Amino acid sequence: MLQDKDRIFTNLYGLHDWRLPGARKRGAWDNTGGLIQKGRDYIIDEMKASGLRGRGGAGFPTGLKWSFMPKENDGRPHYLVVNADESEPGTCKDREIMRNDPHILLEGCLIAGFSMGANTCYIYLRGEYIEVRHRLQAAIDEAYEAGLLGKNAAGSGWDYDIYLHHGAGAYICGEETALLESLEGKKGQPRLKPPFPANMGLYGCPTTVNNVESIAVAPTILRRGSSWFDNLGRPGNTGTKIFSISGHVNNPCNVEEEMGISLRELIERHAGGVRGGWDNLLAIIPGGSSVPLLPKEICDTVLMDFDSLKEVQSGLGTAAVIVMDKSTDIVKAIARLAAFYKHESCGQCTPCREGTGWMWRVMERLVKGEAQKSEIDMLWDVTKQVEGHTICALGDAAAWPVQGLIRHFRKEIEDRIDANAGQVAAE
Amino acid sequence: MPTATVDGIEVEYEPGMTVMQVCELAGREIPRFCYHERLSVAGNCRMCLVEVEGGPPKPAASCAMPCAPDMKIHTDTPMVKKARDGVMEFLLINHPLDCPICDQGGECDLQDQAMAFGVDGSRYDENKRAVTNKDLGPLIRTIMTRCIHCTRCVRFTTEVAGISDMGLIGRGESAEITSYLDKAVDSELSGNVIDLCPVGALTSKPYAFKARPWELKKTETVDVMDAVGSNIRVDTRGREVMRILPRLNEDVNEEWISDKTRFIWDGLRRQRLDKPYVRRDGKLEPATWDEAFAAIAEKLKGLEGSKVAAIAGDMVCAESMYALKGLMDSLGSPNVDCRQDGAKLKGPRSNYLFNTTIAGIEDADALLLIGTNPRHEAPLINARIRKAWAASNMPIGNVGAVHDLTYDVDQLGAGPATLKDIADGNHSFASVLKNAKRPMLIIGQGALARADGAAILSLAAKVAETTGMVSEDWNGFNVLHTAAARVAGLDLGLVPGEGGHDVANILTGVEGGDIEVVYLLGADEIETRRLSRAFVIYQGSHGDAGAHAADVVLPGAAYTEKNAIWVNTEGRVQHGRRAVYPPGEAKEDWSILRALSGVIGKPLPWKTQGELVAAMIEAHPHFGSANTAPEGNSLDLGSVGVSGAVGDMGFASPVTDFYLTNPIARASEIMAECSAVFVHGQNRAKTAEASGTNG
Repeated sequence: MLQDKDRIFTNLYGLHDWRLPGARKRGAWDNTGGLIQKGRDYIIDEMKASGLRGRGGAGFPTGLKWSFMPKENDGRPHYLVVNADESEPGTCKDREIMRNDPHILLEGCLIAGFSMGANTCYIYLRGEYIEVRHRLQAAIDEAYEAGLLGKNAAGSGWDYDIYLHHGAGAYICGEETALLESLEGKKGQPRLKPPFPANMGLYGCPTTVNNVESIAVAPTILRRGSSWFDNLGRPGNTGTKIFSISGHVNNPCNVEEEMGISLRELIERHAGGVRGGWDNLLAIIPGGSSVPLLPKEICDTVLMDFDSLKEVQSGLGTAAVIVMDKSTDIVKAIARLAAFYKHESCGQCTPCREGTGWMWRVMERLVKGEAQKSEIDMLWDVTKQVEGHTICALGDAAAWPVQGLIRHFRKEIEDRIDANAGQVAAE
Repeated sequence: MPTATVDGIEVEYEPGMTVMQVCELAGREIPRFCYHERLSVAGNCRMCLVEVEGGPPKPAASCAMPCAPDMKIHTDTPMVKKARDGVMEFLLINHPLDCPICDQGGECDLQDQAMAFGVDGSRYDENKRAVTNKDLGPLIRTIMTRCIHCTRCVRFTTEVAGISDMGLIGRGESAEITSYLDKAVDSELSGNVIDLCPVGALTSKPYAFKARPWELKKTETVDVMDAVGSNIRVDTRGREVMRILPRLNEDVNEEWISDKTRFIWDGLRRQRLDKPYVRRDGKLEPATWDEAFAAIAEKLKGLEGSKVAAIAGDMVCAESMYALKGLMDSLGSPNVDCRQDGAKLKGPRSNYLFNTTIAGIEDADALLLIGTNPRHEAPLINARIRKAWAASNMPIGNVGAVHDLTYDVDQLGAGPATLKDIADGNHSFASVLKNAKRPMLIIGQGALARADGAAILSLAAKVAETTGMVSEDWNGFNVLHTAAARVAGLDLGLVPGEGGHDVANILTGVEGGDIEVVYLLGADEIETRRLSRAFVIYQGSHGDAGAHAADVVLPGAAYTEKNAIWVNTEGRVQHGRRAVYPPGEAKEDWSILRALSGVIGKPLPWKTQGELVAAMIEAHPHFGSANTAPEGNSLDLGSVGVSGAVGDMGFASPVTDFYLTNPIARASEIMAECSAVFVHGQNRAKTAEASGTNG
């Protein structure tokens, strides 16, 4: 269990002052200029050494990502774009960071931006986060006033501007290239890769897109040293992570914990346990709506980090733990997610545009058992035809929940089909 | 050159090629829908997925992925097959499969690829999606349920046509291609989206349910709607032209054609002159060929050559003009002119050609437009300019009326005064041109077809001279013609001879009684009412202005009805082929003139078209080299135009209504509707009401 001294997000619950004086008391903006003066290579090496993996879902090593930015400026500006379009169902960690501890994000922006040669940062904020927007903007204004942003930001000798951009409420705009399109004023549709944003990103300039949490932990890592972060968690899955626990628990919450904590411990210690006790557990979606669910047997022992969850054919994703007890209609729950992905598909590429609707329609019938058993295999096949064939990962995200359901709850689906067939026969 | 292997076949490729192109080098066909080599890469249909060794364990979109050296590409693995099957199935689940009633049937990418890559059954048991049809105007019919969202139409209209009328709205399953405001697609190139659409979502509205592709005879020929000489394919059934499609020619029209070129075909059926007419008692009455010729011979008997004049029209072929010139020479008349509009142009050849060539526009790095609206005078040249501008952002200046040309233009001024400033180096754009490596200018008929045209032409030559537009390896001096016949006419010397009259003087001559007989060879764009005192012979295909003013009408062949030679504005000699025979008693034009020459006792010295062409090539050797633009013609800028005083009237484009510029277009109902919608702004007046039961 994470000790209090190792916490990065010390105002996660908003119990203290979120403004600059309060943030400073908690250590934010402490010697930021000095950190920057240690140089780009130092920062990137420290980030690499810390083992931090991106907190947006895919878990790509953050230091490595920063190092992809061109070392020399070829005349084009470099950009840091912070992905604050937190829209994954179940995920609400970035919101708490931004409204309760906005300054550690802003400080991270400055450090990260400097390390990649960017003088400009855009924070792309989810459209629905109105209150967050007001607070974050207030924090940015404070930082400018205090000389922490703008010319010679925080005395670092580096000029730095942060612009807060408000999205319009599309899930797909959380995909990094769709986010860039949206930021440019276009329709939010993912771009083809390559070229990758590090070469051709915002307005065709080198750009790095990072999740809020990835950026927000950077100043603390640099202040406390990469080895401190690296020693938390497990090899390859280091540091701390905010888990968003929702669903059928007694005390839904966000909590910062060490990577690799067991799922059961996470829920029982921080969320007050599953409603009706652990044995009342049916299944858990461990990383936000897009990862396959896990049945109770796996939940009993699985550890919460990227590699452990991958081993059980799921993923850490955004670490949004959605708990479902035995009262849940699991087929209906997944059908609801299928509806979500059908609704949020951008419609650009064929497999996702057509496949999400197909999967949803079949799921809706499976809820009522109005189907043939052979259609379960067909549905599985359809998910496989979507997965890996699309421009962006939304296709995968739409396919995985259905795959998880079929993988672990096939019998439940078959029972419903039988029941329905029996009912029809009886009539 | 780097190499890559495709299914074990090693191929060399040029750096920068995509995986799809490399696969094609290796002889592997990659199915695709959204990819089109002239449009930006969208990568959205996902049909072209291939497996690349060493990459992530999923297939890659070959259209968008750059090939890397030593890449190992597979197009026939289970992974690729699964991906293709899957995408094909997805494309078909919401496709109506109404091929039997679809105009695209038989030439449908989806149909063909479903045959090659699809499976034979459907697993989709849900209801199919239906999409409301969109009103895209009088030319494009929509059945949007068939749309597979490849966005080719959107990319074409924004990238090539340069308009923002089309787009994809909504998302996921609800994504729809639309013109946003249910507005007609306002571009002269809009018809090309019909060819681009890989399914039957966008089809030709006038051609709807008219024919099936396999029952059409296809003839490759050349268009005459403007001086571009677009290469076209004319599809016919029986004696009727059913539709016109573009044919690939990188140097001329790439693979696009204008809407006028594409939709003119109903004009070929209407208002046709299908028998000779002779005016008796003030009224045109049907006659036989013999009667018509006799009437002409009677009138010409004993008449002095100087009292006879001939005017060649905008769409006549080289052969008939050569024959006309021969006839007039034999009559001793110097009063011949092919410049209906009165443009002050004459030889030597490079003085009136589009010397840069159309493809050459892409090499230019600065452009000055003088008195022209290329968007309406030559839409495909305008598309080329836009292409060059989009690639290089070259500065483009305009002297003349303001037009929306679909690219950024510096409006420098309205008329000759501005041109003079540039010529004298007193204008900032002069230095832009001077600093450019390959500057060019395009002077249009709007600047030339006026009293001071020769002086303006001379001024333009001075601009070219002072800004270094003509050098050993670059010729940036261009005249943009609007008439398909004009360059050939000038080549063949259809300009007034010694003491001869030009068009304006012929008209005055008629009014003054000096000219008694006027031979109009397809000439309709003159003030025919001023010919009332003369004996007018009209030879042509359509009953338009010229025929109404005529005393004798000789029915000729339209451009689709004869083997003929045309010369485009670049000076490119191109051969048209007969797709159908002329209607009724109408004849090919050269043969009419040959027959007439016999009747009047002055037979022209050849009997067949072959002999005529041979004689023409002997007199004008460049007619012998077809399909290439002239090269290495020297241009003496000092000889271009005649310096003199210029007026102060601004330049206006000669094309005020793009859709109604010639007799065939004026006979076309489709063109009339386009004119009403696009030119006169009666948007959707007719199309919106059309319901199938409205008569």
